[in-house]
Amino acid sequence: MIKLDPKIPKGPLAEKWTNYKSAQKLVNPANKRKLEIIVVGTGLAGAAAAASFGELGFKVKLFGIHDSPRRAHSIAAQGGINANKNYRNDGDSTYRLFYDTIKGGDYRSREANVYRLAEVSGDIIDQCVAQGVPFAREYSGYLDNRSFGGALVSRTFYAKGQTGQQLLLGAYGALSKEIHNGSVEMFTRQEMLDVVIIDGRARGIITKNLITGEIERHAAHTVVIATGGYGNVFFLSTNAMNSNASAVWRIYKRGALFANPSFTQIHPTCIPVHGESQSKLTLMSESLRNDGRIWVPRKKEDAEKIRKGQMKPVQIPEADRDYYLERRYPAFGNLVPRDVASRAAKERCDAGFGVGTTGLAVYLDFADSIKRLGRNVIEERYGNLFQIYEKIVDDNPYETPMMIYPAVHYTMGGIWVDYELQTTVTGLFAAGEANFSDHGANRLGASALMQGLSDGYFVLPYTVQSYLADQINVPKFKTNTPEFDAAEKGVRDELNKLLGIKGKQTVDTFHKKLGRIMWDYVGMGRTKEGLEKAIKMIKETRDEFWKDVKIPGDLNGKNAELEKAWRLADYLELGELMARDALVREESCGGHFREEYQTPDAEALRDDEKFMFVGAWEFTGVDKEPVLHKEPLNYEYIEVKTRNYKE
Amino acid sequence: MDFTLKIWRQKDAKTRGSFQTYKVTDISSDSSFLEMLDILNESLVLKGEMPINFDNDCREGICGACSLYVNGRPHGPDTEITICQVHMRKFKNVGTIVIEPWRSKAFPVLSDLMIDRSAFDKIIQAGGYISASTGGVPDANAILIRKEKADESMDAAACIGCGACVAACKNASAMLFVSAKVSHLALLPQGQVEAKRRVQMMVAEMDGQGFGNCTNTGACEAECPKGIKLTYIARMNREFIAGKMGAQKMDL
Amino acid sequence: MSNSILQYSSITKKIVMALVGLFLLMFLLVHLAVNSFLIFDPSRALFNEGAHFMATNPLIQSMQYFLFGGFILHIILGLILQIQNWLARPVRYKIEGWSHTSPFSKFMIHTGIIIFIFLLIHFINFFFVAKFGEVPVFADTEMEDMGLLVIQVFKIPGYVAFYVVALILLAFHLHHAFQSAFQSLGMNHSKYTPFIKGLSTVLSVVISLGFIAITLVIFFSSRYQA
Repeated sequence: MIKLDPKIPKGPLAEKWTNYKSAQKLVNPANKRKLEIIVVGTGLAGAAAAASFGELGFKVKLFGIHDSPRRAHSIAAQGGINANKNYRNDGDSTYRLFYDTIKGGDYRSREANVYRLAEVSGDIIDQCVAQGVPFAREYSGYLDNRSFGGALVSRTFYAKGQTGQQLLLGAYGALSKEIHNGSVEMFTRQEMLDVVIIDGRARGIITKNLITGEIERHAAHTVVIATGGYGNVFFLSTNAMNSNASAVWRIYKRGALFANPSFTQIHPTCIPVHGESQSKLTLMSESLRNDGRIWVPRKKEDAEKIRKGQMKPVQIPEADRDYYLERRYPAFGNLVPRDVASRAAKERCDAGFGVGTTGLAVYLDFADSIKRLGRNVIEERYGNLFQIYEKIVDDNPYETPMMIYPAVHYTMGGIWVDYELQTTVTGLFAAGEANFSDHGANRLGASALMQGLSDGYFVLPYTVQSYLADQINVPKFKTNTPEFDAAEKGVRDELNKLLGIKGKQTVDTFHKKLGRIMWDYVGMGRTKEGLEKAIKMIKETRDEFWKDVKIPGDLNGKNAELEKAWRLADYLELGELMARDALVREESCGGHFREEYQTPDAEALRDDEKFMFVGAWEFTGVDKEPVLHKEPLNYEYIEVKTRNYKE
Repeated sequence: MDFTLKIWRQKDAKTRGSFQTYKVTDISSDSSFLEMLDILNESLVLKGEMPINFDNDCREGICGACSLYVNGRPHGPDTEITICQVHMRKFKNVGTIVIEPWRSKAFPVLSDLMIDRSAFDKIIQAGGYISASTGGVPDANAILIRKEKADESMDAAACIGCGACVAACKNASAMLFVSAKVSHLALLPQGQVEAKRRVQMMVAEMDGQGFGNCTNTGACEAECPKGIKLTYIARMNREFIAGKMGAQKMDL
Repeated sequence: MSNSILQYSSITKKIVMALVGLFLLMFLLVHLAVNSFLIFDPSRALFNEGAHFMATNPLIQSMQYFLFGGFILHIILGLILQIQNWLARPVRYKIEGWSHTSPFSKFMIHTGIIIFIFLLIHFINFFFVAKFGEVPVFADTEMEDMGLLVIQVFKIPGYVAFYVVALILLAFHLHHAFQSAFQSLGMNHSKYTPFIKGLSTVLSVVISLGFIAITLVIFFSSRYQA
């Protein structure tokens, strides 16, 4: 029986991390060289961790699926990164960032972890500036800030609309330095297929070379998974095409618990879907909500005319526009958290006020800001985003309002980890979006970058070292042990099974089918009936997939369809777990909205009595019911309230 | 919209490749170029053939993975854009589309349209960074940077490392890429300390990787999806001269 | 030096190429000035004095070695760079992209090679004759009548035609070369570069048209008799 121990250090909240670091076990420099660490994933968390481990003197093997570590999907984050610097003198502090993050997450995250995140957030900015990240500056030469959803202070640092890119290039620089120094060995175009556990500890991984198709074995003293989130279970999301959940799903199947899988973030400002052949969705940075006003027509007739192309948005007079966010949430207006904004858009469109040819879009209008600030200022702030929009939609957002609609963007859920970011498998760590830790039921904008870098630069170097302290006498592992043999045989058998199906339908056909089910029943609005139906439908789709998928080629060489099939096989199991988790959680909180549980004015209705816990699922076998373990959440330093962005 | 596609097919790095002709029909003008290839690939898979391999990931123009040479131009017919962001409406009245991989000795073809760009990573690993280890750095606002400098540095740092500059250059030169990286760091006070060393290490590695020489034709600038300017190449030349004159002889 | 040229980094080669190129351009300007004496003074006296000065002044004579060295360095480096550039793309595109760039910049090696051939012929016609051949003495002076030699050659139609073609190609070469040299030397500035590019056009046209005009005037005018 697994017992969930979050291992939160003793002492007052503000001293926990300091206490941990003081008591943490260290490894002397000569011994570090003998210890090997495998890191999987080269995004912010993975690259930062690998570089930091390398600097400490450990031997690091870093694995990524791309041709270069710099292509990991952290690169696509646009808006910015939060930090508690209080450079604006507007009342920011560690406590306030902590508070905003807990509140934004709708009181479903662990206090100690979030406080640590807020505590190290300032160090991240210092580190990034030292690495040469060209954050926006004021004319004085000091760093500039912008405000972001869910906060009343300006604490977001940014580098044009390419903050994720710049932070990742910073981490990639640090990583390149360590590769140059020989402490990190980089394996590109390698996909992790399984983790190898020896005597109860994670000691290696099985990978596939995505070019040659070769199956490889790699051993180390410990394994860190930083492979990102699982938003692509929905087929259409803002995740990159190759972002996948297979690494986390495989460690789940090997004993790591999966926490809060249903907590999915639907981002309110994406470019609406155009048609069936759409392969992915493009995000328009949330920062646009700083200066853009969101509205739909007040009259249904107008909305209808717009959908039919008989009317243009600029023709609708001010009085006939419904700025529904400003109307419903006077205090935060267009800057309410993402889950609230997304749901409000869905509510308006479902009620028949949606625009665009599909009726699944709302307007994001810059006309007022252009009038107030001038086109130049808007261009300087959002020029590149406007350009992207125009290239994709063929509309000029300076002249006509943008159209946006919510899309799957981020998964708060992930592998359950304790305070040390260690999973329930000893010696197996999870970082960044891959773990569940800091965002509760909803992540605030500009916090993902913060968390990835916090885990990579400032948490794992301490906690992994502490874990390795008693491993110094363990010699390097060989990869010819029975455990490696068994793991490799397992993946080979499964790959061959996939290739042997020789059915009639393509991988994407199944993926689209799964995505449809997930979006309709496990998306923004969930019900008991819908979720039960989804579980059934997912199972059916999974069975059909294993009978009828068509994959050409063989194990040798590049086989893109086989890669996709491998990932989809995992999504088809993960999707079911997400639905189960959503079904069990009979409340609404953050990104998880159960239609049965809402206030009279359609806000999320939490049930703290019954559901103030982390729901961590244990794998028992495919087609067997997983076991739910509950980690209760205790709020000692924060008063639990109903989230209110109205006043 | 209907198109005839002539696409480079090559099983793997060792096999000889050739152009194959395919037809696609009923493509929506709102589809992206890569979605058009997805449609073709679906039809190939249904026929039991291997789909066309091409690198792509974010499909938002930022990861730099996509790398197709379309009708004589890297990233296709539009400017300041990656091919993943190009939509089929740009191909009105274009019947035949020829798709080739980037061609350069330093970027060998791996499979079909996929190439190996690790030469770029090698150049960065040679010194394209600031050697700041985690921890022990000053407060972010302790380093003041003039806004203009920070912006210019950001413009250089916007490079996505896709390699379109190499693909476009008649000499397959990597100067635009390397100069963007050199300039990004050289423009910042934090990057000054290692500036002279950095530029020499990176240029030596660039030469060693088999890229051609810059002849200032400007093709790279014309095709760069992120609008990186030739002025950065001049800046790198300047940095290089300063490095040669100022720094002690290095073991390269 | 010979051993180190190959080891020069790509940028060093370009810098040397640029510096030498600018030096050669100065020679062209001097050459053009001296040639123009033939127009200002059809009697050839001025030209012959100029030629005599150039042939006897010790400073100019010592510069000659630099000039030869410069040409050779420029040519060798140009060839090395070009061969490396060809090797950098072993498999060529099915559809070559030609758009959006200066057309002249793509043909530097081609214009360069034709100019080199021209230079060899030019050299045999004038320099060798002056150094090793027999050139009549001008009027009652001790100076060689180089002017007469020039006029004789410039009355040959085939030669003039070749000369004109070579000089047009020279204009193409210089048009890219001059402004490119500044880029190679790290001088690219939002304010000054447009000026340098303009100057590049002006220089290439002036030099090329200047030489061509002198040749054509001599060829067509009856005032010049061989």
